Amino acid sequence: MSKNTEFVKFDKVDKSYDGKVLVVKDLNLNISEGEFITMLGPSGSGKTTCLMMLAGFETPTNGEIYLDSNPISNIPPHKRGIGMVFQNYALFPHMTVYENLAFPLRVRKVQKDEIDKKVDKALSMVSLSGFESRMPAQLSGGQQQRVAVARALVFDPAVVLMDEPLGALDKNLRESMQYEIKHIHENIGVTVVYVTHDQGEALTMSNRIAVFNDGKVQQLSSPDKLYEEPVNSFVAEFIGENNTFGGEVTDISKDVCKVKLQNGEILANPISVNSKGDKTTVSIRPERALINPKDKMDNNQTGKIEEVIYHGDHTRVRLDLLGNKEFILKVPNSSNELDLKLGNEIKVGWNSQDARALDPK
Amino acid sequence: MSSETKQILTTDGIPLEISLKKAERKNKIKAFLLVAPLLLFLIITYIFPIGEMFTRSIDDKMITNMLPKTFKSMETWDGKELPSEEVFASFLSDFKILVEKKEHGKLAQRLNKEKNGFNTITKKLFRQVKRNKIDETQSIKEQIMKVHKRWRNVEYWQAIKRTAPPYTSAKYLKAMDMYLNEDNKITQVSEDRRIHRILWLRTVEVAFFVTVFCFLMGYPIAHLLATLPMKYSNLLMICVLLPFWTSLLVRTASWMILLQQQGVVNDFFVMIGIVADDNRPEMMYNKVGTYVAMTQILLPFMVLPLYSVMKTISPSLMRAGKSLGGTPFVAFWKVYFPLTIPGIGAGCLLVFILAIGYYITPALVGGASGTLISNQIAYHMKTTLDWSFASAMGLMLLGGVLVIYWLYNKLVGVDNIKLG
Repeated sequence: MSKNTEFVKFDKVDKSYDGKVLVVKDLNLNISEGEFITMLGPSGSGKTTCLMMLAGFETPTNGEIYLDSNPISNIPPHKRGIGMVFQNYALFPHMTVYENLAFPLRVRKVQKDEIDKKVDKALSMVSLSGFESRMPAQLSGGQQQRVAVARALVFDPAVVLMDEPLGALDKNLRESMQYEIKHIHENIGVTVVYVTHDQGEALTMSNRIAVFNDGKVQQLSSPDKLYEEPVNSFVAEFIGENNTFGGEVTDISKDVCKVKLQNGEILANPISVNSKGDKTTVSIRPERALINPKDKMDNNQTGKIEEVIYHGDHTRVRLDLLGNKEFILKVPNSSNELDLKLGNEIKVGWNSQDARALDPK
Repeated sequence: MSSETKQILTTDGIPLEISLKKAERKNKIKAFLLVAPLLLFLIITYIFPIGEMFTRSIDDKMITNMLPKTFKSMETWDGKELPSEEVFASFLSDFKILVEKKEHGKLAQRLNKEKNGFNTITKKLFRQVKRNKIDETQSIKEQIMKVHKRWRNVEYWQAIKRTAPPYTSAKYLKAMDMYLNEDNKITQVSEDRRIHRILWLRTVEVAFFVTVFCFLMGYPIAHLLATLPMKYSNLLMICVLLPFWTSLLVRTASWMILLQQQGVVNDFFVMIGIVADDNRPEMMYNKVGTYVAMTQILLPFMVLPLYSVMKTISPSLMRAGKSLGGTPFVAFWKVYFPLTIPGIGAGCLLVFILAIGYYITPALVGGASGTLISNQIAYHMKTTLDWSFASAMGLMLLGGVLVIYWLYNKLVGVDNIKLG
């Protein structure tokens, strides 16, 4: 059975609340069946608005959203059959866990024994069997979270939306819940649209990530591509850590370009520069720049150590390099032969391929 | 390690418990001093007056103090046959003292309340005593019995004995249109004299319907207040609170202007042709006026608790209800409404309790068919000066409120009340 690659489709969707500012601009997004897609972006970037439009709590100002090829703009939320996990779980505080899970089934007039079976199954899926008669207030944050997930899945919806569901949990719990949600998704194959502003969460869980900024999708690709090959400086800045140099292209060929900085010149990979004289921001991931490189690299510079911060598994070194005083290096803890002292001059090298010349900031 | 009985000591060797008490004593005293003024205020203005009201409402000491010897000697009397010579003698000696103090009239009045006919025979006895016709060397019983034939009737002596206890429930029975008859049985007064029971029922009825109307009108307002954006909800809140900033009398008076037969509302009805000019409905000086004015005045007490509860209900709960497949009505009824019950309880309790004791508004716009029990209390306070009766009714009102509170606690649970 071939999977529908346009299971959910945003078609030229615009959204404005006040008629003056577009919160979402010309959104075109296809989500295939069974995919785990994450909308990632800073707050106010329009990602939650997209989710609310899909759930039916907001209507698009322009354009149409299709679910399984049917336009859904005129269908009220309760008829869309989309499960949703809310930011603060939105468990009904006056109902037990069982009643919470039975709610979507009862309103669908499912038989009593069928409800029991489904609730049982959903609860065992989130490993909360035996908690049926608890009230939500008697559960810990993580347990409430799982009940919310189970409730969104219990009526077998085609799509499940999750709106920053892990935002209220502490760090350890958040990480284990990330894996748990990922595994549930893998097991039942439901389509998940996940909204978060936490890039770590997005990278671990998703098949594809849509990075939102300013009402637009900046980049839509798989997590590794997003990290390794950001297409513009916003994505490069937003995902992971990043060292940047602002400069001007002085020479350009197919795979490599020369960028003139304030004091120096580097080789970079031309991504969004086309010709000589273009302004550009060159972005290099901290782990791609090495100290005293043994292999031959086409960028070799010398920098002065400004700060050394111990991080356990690695050490962060801040350098003054080519006029950039915020150049960060990550040094693995194993390379203890290095003399990382304040004020020392060290050699740093990187491949021009890893230095991506993007649009100017 | 140490045995169980061994005291735990602090580092300085003082027993831990003593040390802890010492450390906390100061805080306790401070806390008490902070609430002491309020406590004193409450005792003086609330607890003490209620106690005073209670004693006043059951007080029947006057006659007990008038006939001390009589009641003393009556203790051994079985109350079936006429009492003994001793009782008659002590009654005479009590009576003589009263005559000296010129208080025999009060006695006659009080005894007449207990049984009709005492007025005459007490007066006759008074005349005999005044003329010193009673010879104390002979049988006093025989002589008193000769004064009037009713002194020979055991029922009259029974009536005297009934007044012996210093306390009486007569006022309470009277408020229920009942009294204790000669056989010490609770009896209803004749039908044409039963006025209080109608008033009680009307009070409860008015309070109930005012509560219902307040709820029906207040719930949507509170919901709007809780969901509107700040700038609109503030304005609406001011509209809700505005009545609070206006004098109660002014508000009631403005209702009088609106509701009277030549008033604004009637003019409007005539103008749009609902009613004929010569057939204007009476909307004041009856229950309609009481309902309208009281609902308006008590509405904030319903809206505010509801609002404070609704404010805490996350809008995502309704959304969750809808996204899970509930129609807007199901989501409201199964999710939103149950969560507002604490506010409904608090608001209804507040409005009902305020309405049941409401006084000024029914007095002004209620007319004859719209007055409530509180107006009756005020009437006895100011006009008949029967304070003990007013106290009894006031306490019954208080008792009723406590019963409602208790019922509410049983049904919904007081912990569920949320006032803000």
